[in-house]
Amino acid sequence: MTSTAAPPVAAPARPAPPARRRRRNWRGWLFVAPFMLVFALTFIAPVVYAFVLSLFRDQAFFGGTVFVGADNYAQVLADPKFWESFQRVLVFLAVQVPIMLLLALVAALAIDSARLHAAGFFRIVIFLPYAVPAVVAALMWGFIYGDHFGLAADLNHLLGTDAVKPLSQNWLLTSIGNVVTWEFVGYNMLIFYSALKVIPKELFEAAAIDGAGTFRTIFSVKLPAIRGAVVIATIFSIIGSFQLFNEPNIMRNLVPNVIGTFYTPNMYAYNLSFAGQQYNYSATVAIVMGVITAVIAYVVQLRGTRKGM
Amino acid sequence: MATFSVTRPKKSRTLTAVMALYLLYTLVPLAWLVINATKTQAALFSTSGLSFGGPFALFDNIGQTFTYNNGIFFRWLGNTLLYVVVGAGGATILATAAGYGLAKYRFPGRRAVFAVVLGAVAVPATALAVPTFLMFSKLGLTNTPLAIIIPSLISPFGLYLIWVYAADAIPDELLEAARIDGAGEFRIFLTVTLRQLVPGIVTVALFTMVQTWNNYFLPLIMLSEPKWYPLTVGLNQWSAQANGAGAQPIFNLVLTGSLLTIIPLVLAFLLMQRFWQSGLSAGSVKQ
Repeated sequence: MTSTAAPPVAAPARPAPPARRRRRNWRGWLFVAPFMLVFALTFIAPVVYAFVLSLFRDQAFFGGTVFVGADNYAQVLADPKFWESFQRVLVFLAVQVPIMLLLALVAALAIDSARLHAAGFFRIVIFLPYAVPAVVAALMWGFIYGDHFGLAADLNHLLGTDAVKPLSQNWLLTSIGNVVTWEFVGYNMLIFYSALKVIPKELFEAAAIDGAGTFRTIFSVKLPAIRGAVVIATIFSIIGSFQLFNEPNIMRNLVPNVIGTFYTPNMYAYNLSFAGQQYNYSATVAIVMGVITAVIAYVVQLRGTRKGM
Repeated sequence: MATFSVTRPKKSRTLTAVMALYLLYTLVPLAWLVINATKTQAALFSTSGLSFGGPFALFDNIGQTFTYNNGIFFRWLGNTLLYVVVGAGGATILATAAGYGLAKYRFPGRRAVFAVVLGAVAVPATALAVPTFLMFSKLGLTNTPLAIIIPSLISPFGLYLIWVYAADAIPDELLEAARIDGAGEFRIFLTVTLRQLVPGIVTVALFTMVQTWNNYFLPLIMLSEPKWYPLTVGLNQWSAQANGAGAQPIFNLVLTGSLLTIIPLVLAFLLMQRFWQSGLSAGSVKQ
């Protein structure tokens, strides 16, 4: 299943070089068929099934389901709970993603610059949080945020206040943003770094001959060269934001009255089906989110690849 | 601004110092985890977070983590290993074969395969999770290891990476030569291709391993019996135990368990970093 943890891809698809004498026959399927069989079972069938589910509604008292056409969709679009959760991930997306990607970009440029002492050490350590499961990251940060034995408590104690409250209503979304940033800066840094590493060296020599300094080289040579990687990282981050689930769902144990059942659209869909048994409606919420995500990802890709190409 | 050579710039202390600040942000939470995994539950509450305090209870905590509740943590570790070996291992094999097939063969439907797989990456996990659960439930697969293993077998990223990698790493001439020698397609794959693809395969294996090891959403949905839980779901259950009526907080075990969950992956990345980093770079765009 795809998730925020989808590993890095540094560039958009690039067709294989045309072979001179590669005959067009079915042999390739020998290698592709096993993948596609499992793919059909785990990706295509569920999507089709979700769509079918979204067209029906459970009749609570009479048993069985009835066909309702687009009724469920109309209900989602008019559902204040859905829109509240949607708005929340939108704010999250608008604030957290740029911060995370900017940090990752700066880190990648610094490591790539050859001006950093112990660059290899920085690269591996900054990447490490990616290996930490979201569950552990959320538990760990949740405890750190807490006023029992966390660092927030220590800080309050030190300052003699109780002003530091990362788990309060006002700060929670920011606190979750911090956890996600902590987890994924290194991962995005690696995407950018991999792309920087394969820029032809002649470009830098040419820039130097033209008298370009460090920053000029970054803005005129490096950034345009890794545009593809930036677009891919942005798309993955957008998908990840819309899917936000693990961190808030785990922190819910700590503050059940601050994080409700529809804190994010994903949590809403989850709670509708597993706590509320509303499978049809849940599938509809999931599809609406899927379509919105796919459309935004597509627009970002179009805009990202068109400019300056 | 000081002049510098393009190929051998001077190391900058300022830059290193700024980056060290970021390193601190990365490491402090992990240091906090390590420090607090050495404390007893009582000391957790009575001592400050970033300093050692109370009796050194790390080994005691580890012992308790593995024996608590009849050694359920050990069972979770075993489950996680099962899901990783079969799921991530299978995903690597399927992605390697398919990526190679896409890179080196022209066949009817090739473009369609690629479009469908890439399109699927944009489908959010939620859109799939609920219907997958219902489908698997009808098939009688929920609450069995297969419910975790089967969806873990597909890695669109793995397919993509191997595809790009194979296009570069395996010259068509090599395949032609093997064919002229009379080798069958499958034999070529096993004897010629696999060796060339090693860095790509290691990279895909590591990343699918992380995904399966860290997976939380899927097992949370699919499994209702703790005996099939992976570490992630189990740990959260331990954490949730601190709430509600009859709460039995075991914070020291949650922290130690968390630490034990991280260590294998961190080690895998550190030990194999040369391999996977070269595999990643080769998968990057070249102008």
